[in-house]
Amino acid sequence: MEKELFKYDNVTTRNFLVATIIWGVIAFLVGVTAAIQLFYPDLNLDLPWLTFGRLRALHTNGAIFAFVGNAIFAGVYHSMQRLLKTRMASDLLSNIHFWGWQLIIVSAVITLPLGITSSKEYAELEWPIDIAITLVWVVFGINMFWTILKRRERHLYVAIWFYIATFVTVAVLHIVNNLELPVSMTKSYSIFAGVQDALVQWWYGHNAVAFFLTTPVLGLMYYFLPKAAERPVYSYRLSIIHFWALIFIYIWAGPHHLLYTALPDWAQSLGTVFSIMLIFPSWGGMINGLLTLRGAWDRVRDSAVLKFFVVAVSAYGMATLEGPLLSLKNLNAIAHYTDWIPAHVHIGTLGWNGFLIFGMIYWLLPRLYQTSLYSEKLANWHFFIGTLGIIFWALPMYVSGFTQSMMWKQFNPDGTLLYHNFLDTVTQIIPMYILRAIGGTLYLTGAILLVVNVWRTVKSGTLLREEEASAMPLAPKYQKEKGEYWHRWIERRPVTLLLWSTVVILIGGAVEIIPTLKIDSNVPKLEAVKPYTPLELAGRDLYIREGCNACHSQMIRPFRSETKRYGEYSKAGEFVYDHPFLWGSKRTGPDLHRLGGKYGDLWHYNHMMDPTRTSPGSIMPRYPWLLTNELDFEILPKKLSAMQTLGVPYTDDEVETAKELALAQATRISDGLNQEENVETLPSDEIIALIAYLQRLGTDINPNK
Amino acid sequence: MGIIYLLLFFSLIIAAAFLWAFLWSNSDGQFDDVEGPAMRMLRDEKSPKSSTNS
Repeated sequence: MEKELFKYDNVTTRNFLVATIIWGVIAFLVGVTAAIQLFYPDLNLDLPWLTFGRLRALHTNGAIFAFVGNAIFAGVYHSMQRLLKTRMASDLLSNIHFWGWQLIIVSAVITLPLGITSSKEYAELEWPIDIAITLVWVVFGINMFWTILKRRERHLYVAIWFYIATFVTVAVLHIVNNLELPVSMTKSYSIFAGVQDALVQWWYGHNAVAFFLTTPVLGLMYYFLPKAAERPVYSYRLSIIHFWALIFIYIWAGPHHLLYTALPDWAQSLGTVFSIMLIFPSWGGMINGLLTLRGAWDRVRDSAVLKFFVVAVSAYGMATLEGPLLSLKNLNAIAHYTDWIPAHVHIGTLGWNGFLIFGMIYWLLPRLYQTSLYSEKLANWHFFIGTLGIIFWALPMYVSGFTQSMMWKQFNPDGTLLYHNFLDTVTQIIPMYILRAIGGTLYLTGAILLVVNVWRTVKSGTLLREEEASAMPLAPKYQKEKGEYWHRWIERRPVTLLLWSTVVILIGGAVEIIPTLKIDSNVPKLEAVKPYTPLELAGRDLYIREGCNACHSQMIRPFRSETKRYGEYSKAGEFVYDHPFLWGSKRTGPDLHRLGGKYGDLWHYNHMMDPTRTSPGSIMPRYPWLLTNELDFEILPKKLSAMQTLGVPYTDDEVETAKELALAQATRISDGLNQEENVETLPSDEIIALIAYLQRLGTDINPNK
Repeated sequence: MGIIYLLLFFSLIIAAAFLWAFLWSNSDGQFDDVEGPAMRMLRDEKSPKSSTNS
């Protein structure tokens, strides 16, 4: 047998790298803007599409799917060709994958600021984009498995296994969590409601972290770290063991996002147990990464790439110890809903994801351009400024999270809350918010140094578009024997089988989902809980559009400190008509589940016009456009009809007269407001619908009513 | 909580797929050599005429 000559495709890798850098800078910039708004809300310039609630989704989606996503693909397209000793199977698929993914990101950049969102964290994009994501993901999968099929290297290096696990799991997660019933091109309702929707969301949310921000990035680590260190991974055996352990355990840990909520207790405990178990496989990866540098630490001193990798892997180790600890109920009771969680998340994203990606870019780009890095010194500056940025980001948020949580829980000797005004716990931590924005700005500054360095490097070299390589063809392993069993044939085709098993998963899933289209009977039904009126439903959709759930929870945990502050704790049965659920995950402002009836309509009107009028010192932005925008009444019958399909017990009559019902309720609220001095509203103003919804919140079973 | 069974179903399917993948890879001999692959990935075989940096 003779060596075969072939060429690696470097163009796709280069394209993904460039996209990584561009989207990364944009995502960081949006993040810094959002961070500044938390102490200087005026920065939104009273423009809806620049307001925190909408920017936050843009930032998270940009950081996860645009920055890390493109970087993953760049690393996968580079490493897979070389590990498998073959060109990517199809240039056409590579191109569709690249341009399709960028198109999805552009549509996200347009729709999220417009308030077109499903409200589910990291899955905010609406249904047409969800379908596009599915298609592009399948294109990526076909290209990857096809490449594996034509490989010239029998052994699948451990990085490849990480990529495969990523593809399979993300496909399933994305589809299940985005099952929604469209109302229009830009609006849909999750087919799940309340507790069920929350569980699906955090099964997705947790595993998105696991299989989008962890496994593919570990795959990159296992390729680029040994390459950059020029020595084999510390223990290949450990890499295999921790890979399999990781993917078997990760999928069960999702419920730890819902501790002390209305989720059944046993499910919460299950999440905790598996989260603790995760320490071992996670640290397997960290130890393996760090020990790969054994005997080469002197090179870390000289190499910016290795410095980035060392901090990335260390951040991974810290985040994966902290995560399981935060899953313990006693610690979670303190940390949940506070800035502790964003701190934890940003150790992972800024440290682990960001730094690993920066290291990869600095190592890979000069090689693609057949030159050396423009300035190692500049890269070192990026490293130190970036590291400082992470510290300035995370440390103040730990302090602020712990401080605020402690303040929420302080009682006077007579049993009343010491800080009964929520706002007092916010103004206390504003200095920390300022420090955090400085941290973010430092990190962004580092990324701009990267842009300069990359630009100069690219200018000084030429892209090696087609890289020549050679390898022995793969010898056929089996000869068909007479009378062999059929499963021997299958066993030789692992990739085909994996593809087929995915198809089977999806068919099985569809069959399983149909029964759940009906409201589940196992959630204790509360007689008093009734569906939202058409106007309240419209108001709820405004709440979703503005991203109120980014800063306000609707889930009162059964703690004395919370029931004292907010009222009766939240029950699972109260959310059965909530498509989607809006529990939120962060209390930048107070919980709103028992807001209904707490203040008058006028208070809400003034508060939305300018929060500082009712709450001096508030960091909530103004929402003046709600006072002037006209509500779309025409779509209400369609919305109710969709809800009816999902099992919400609206009568046909209610669906038909939805518009009239809403108008009647709006007129009552508007007339009531117009009797006040200096207030002039129309029943068709959006603010009226939002007030209707806010006044309804949590009133169905409130025992204090 | 029907949803739990649904998620359980999906999670088990994924786990089963991975279990199968593991058993296949093990019996295929993917893990027979736990030293070689780590060394081999460091070596990029160039085409004889190409002389670009590594």
